[in-house]
Amino acid sequence: MNVKILGSGCSACQSMYNDVTRLITRHDWKIDLEYVQDIERIMSYGVMSTPVLVIDEKVVMVGHRGSSKIEQVLRDAFSVQVS
Amino acid sequence: MDQSLAQPSHKPQWQMGALLVVITAAWLAAYNLIQPLADWISYSALNLARGSHLGDAIAFFLYDVPKILLLLSGMIFLISILRTFFSPERTRALLGGKRQGIGNVLASLLGIVTPFCSCSAVPLFIGFVESGIPLGVTFSFLIAAPTINEVAIVMLFGLFGWKVAGLYIVSGLIIAIIAGMVIGRLNLERFVEDFVWKMQASGGVEGEKLAWSDRIQRAWESVKEIVGKVWLYVVVGIAVGAGIHGFVPESALAGIMGKQAWWSVPAAVLLGVPLYSNAAGVIPIVSALMEKGASLGTVLAFMMSVVGLSLPETIILRRVLKPQLIAVFVGTVALAIIITGYMFNFVL
Repeated sequence: MNVKILGSGCSACQSMYNDVTRLITRHDWKIDLEYVQDIERIMSYGVMSTPVLVIDEKVVMVGHRGSSKIEQVLRDAFSVQVS
Repeated sequence: MDQSLAQPSHKPQWQMGALLVVITAAWLAAYNLIQPLADWISYSALNLARGSHLGDAIAFFLYDVPKILLLLSGMIFLISILRTFFSPERTRALLGGKRQGIGNVLASLLGIVTPFCSCSAVPLFIGFVESGIPLGVTFSFLIAAPTINEVAIVMLFGLFGWKVAGLYIVSGLIIAIIAGMVIGRLNLERFVEDFVWKMQASGGVEGEKLAWSDRIQRAWESVKEIVGKVWLYVVVGIAVGAGIHGFVPESALAGIMGKQAWWSVPAAVLLGVPLYSNAAGVIPIVSALMEKGASLGTVLAFMMSVVGLSLPETIILRRVLKPQLIAVFVGTVALAIIITGYMFNFVL
């Protein structure tokens, strides 16, 4: 599974990135994680605020909504992939 | 994956409603208890004399800290609920096709209610201009959104009353409208970095559908986030304010921060620019300064410059704006703030 975090280096973006890396190490998930800071690439997803969580090229979360929300979204994505 | 955007609610509606009622009741009870409690601790438990410097400073601190924190949580909750009805995408749609003038007014008003953080200034700027919203209208939004800051509104309301909080909102709006109109008139499109104009507007994310329980949950999240971020500044700011309140003699500052000192307004604006993250801590100090003779216009100008003209946001915007436009932006806003400061000093 491919996960991207789009952010311009602000504190909310950084904490989303930290949450995701923590979740990946804790659950030993097989995820390719990328932190996208290039503004032209960020804009190509059609978003107007950051941070953004992207799973397999789909925008799934805009704004930092807490670690538990992120975990839930990632789990949902995994279960879709398995089924 | 679309269902994860519209988070399903986990708790039944009535349970959430009951919880809200209980929390509201507890909030009201606490709000009414803090004054007698602060007085009791300072004058009975600690046995300090009423009217003494230390007694007054401690009573002031013990009353203001819980009051401001309660006000912040309550009002930010309400403001956040309101903000779940707005999004940058929706604001962009509302501003589409609006001309200068009416567009500037609308953009400034939407700047208050649209969720915004200065780290999103760049994607928002590009999103606005590439969809054809005029530069001046975009700037009205970018000035109003950080200048009319929810933490500042609540703290002004708590420490100065609704009139000053209202004045702050109105002058923030006027500054955003006028500065945006001036920037629009100057035709500065050539000072926007070239890559911005070459970018293609992509489809955009479809709007979210939120149930009430989602809105409440989100509002609660932002209360935790914002209060968690500013509480320490509030406590330190009020502690310093309480010290000034108890120990600095009346009208000690009238000479340097009063109406007569013409240079105090521009000095306050200059001083405010580097103080971005401390907005929450600055207001209690400023409120104490005012009590000692600083004038309202000077104090408001200082506040506006603290929250509206932030160094970090300017640095972020440098990625899409050439230095000339940055200079015009900062200059226009600073000038508008200075004029507003003088106006208040003159009128009130």
